[in-house]
Amino acid sequence: MDHLDGNVLAGPITGFFDFEPTTAQGQCQSCADIAALGQAMVYGQPMGFVARCGNCDNVLIVIVERAGQKSLNMRGLRWLRVADPVEQNRI
Amino acid sequence: MTSPSAGWLTGSLTRAHPLTTSARSITFTVPSWPGNDAGQHVDVRLTSPDGYQAVRSYSIASAGPGEMIELAIDRLPDGEVSPFLVNDLELGDTVELRGPLGGWFVWRPDQPQPVQLIAGGSGVVPFIAMTRAHASAGNSVPMQLLYSLRTPEDAFFRDELSQLAATVRTTWHYTSIVPPGWSRSAGRLTAKDLQRETLPPEKTPLTYICGSTGFVETVSRALTSLGHAPDAIRTERFGGT
Repeated sequence: MDHLDGNVLAGPITGFFDFEPTTAQGQCQSCADIAALGQAMVYGQPMGFVARCGNCDNVLIVIVERAGQKSLNMRGLRWLRVADPVEQNRI
Repeated sequence: MTSPSAGWLTGSLTRAHPLTTSARSITFTVPSWPGNDAGQHVDVRLTSPDGYQAVRSYSIASAGPGEMIELAIDRLPDGEVSPFLVNDLELGDTVELRGPLGGWFVWRPDQPQPVQLIAGGSGVVPFIAMTRAHASAGNSVPMQLLYSLRTPEDAFFRDELSQLAATVRTTWHYTSIVPPGWSRSAGRLTAKDLQRETLPPEKTPLTYICGSTGFVETVSRALTSLGHAPDAIRTERFGGT
């Protein structure tokens, strides 16, 4: 099955966080690889989105959107790191 | 300007024109759209009379402030959303939009590195936004585009890209049919093509690749083998319907 990039998660993750998620760095629970969410491999639609580690294929994040609700499972991430929003306000 | 609005916005179609026999440029007016960076995307949601909803992500061809956004949509034969946007949506019709979205596959005029853009087919859309942003900022950072497409008739924004040639050079690569008198034969991009027609690793470029999953895989692997650092390559695959 063809996959997409983590870029596509920006919309579905909207509402969970107030930072831009695809530039956030995360560490894979399984292989300790560190990458931006935009670099993850994403298998999308129609059930939702599954983001896998680009290095070891471990499931990082699962997002399910249905019936006006959405759920976010971040079971495969050890941590998520974002830039300070004050510094980020460039434009 | 990059932060998304909280929910779904309503956009009404204010301009439209065909790009190819299967693709169309559609410009929406979106009240309270905050403007967008080059390379950002938007989610488009359609709702049918029975309540069924379909959401698809599309790159934005325009960049900068203002409440108008231009999308360039290729009609996928078995698509659920793209045939409607290309064939059926009429001026004044509305769709729901969520965005602007994304910050990873984005180019900002304050980035110092030279930029190599590599497009496969309709993957050129975010790069149209980047070349426009580059031009409107009068930016002096080197930027060039390698545009791989099936036939000359499949080109999006050919005139505009030609007009920009003095500042952002476009190298055209045809995989199926070449124009009359073209010096090269048609064929898929090879590592050799990439070596000849893209910025080399020594120039430490940031390379953006956008296209189908297969295109992105092939090109990014070839670039890595040519010596580009994986972190200097940003990819956007498109798929789906």
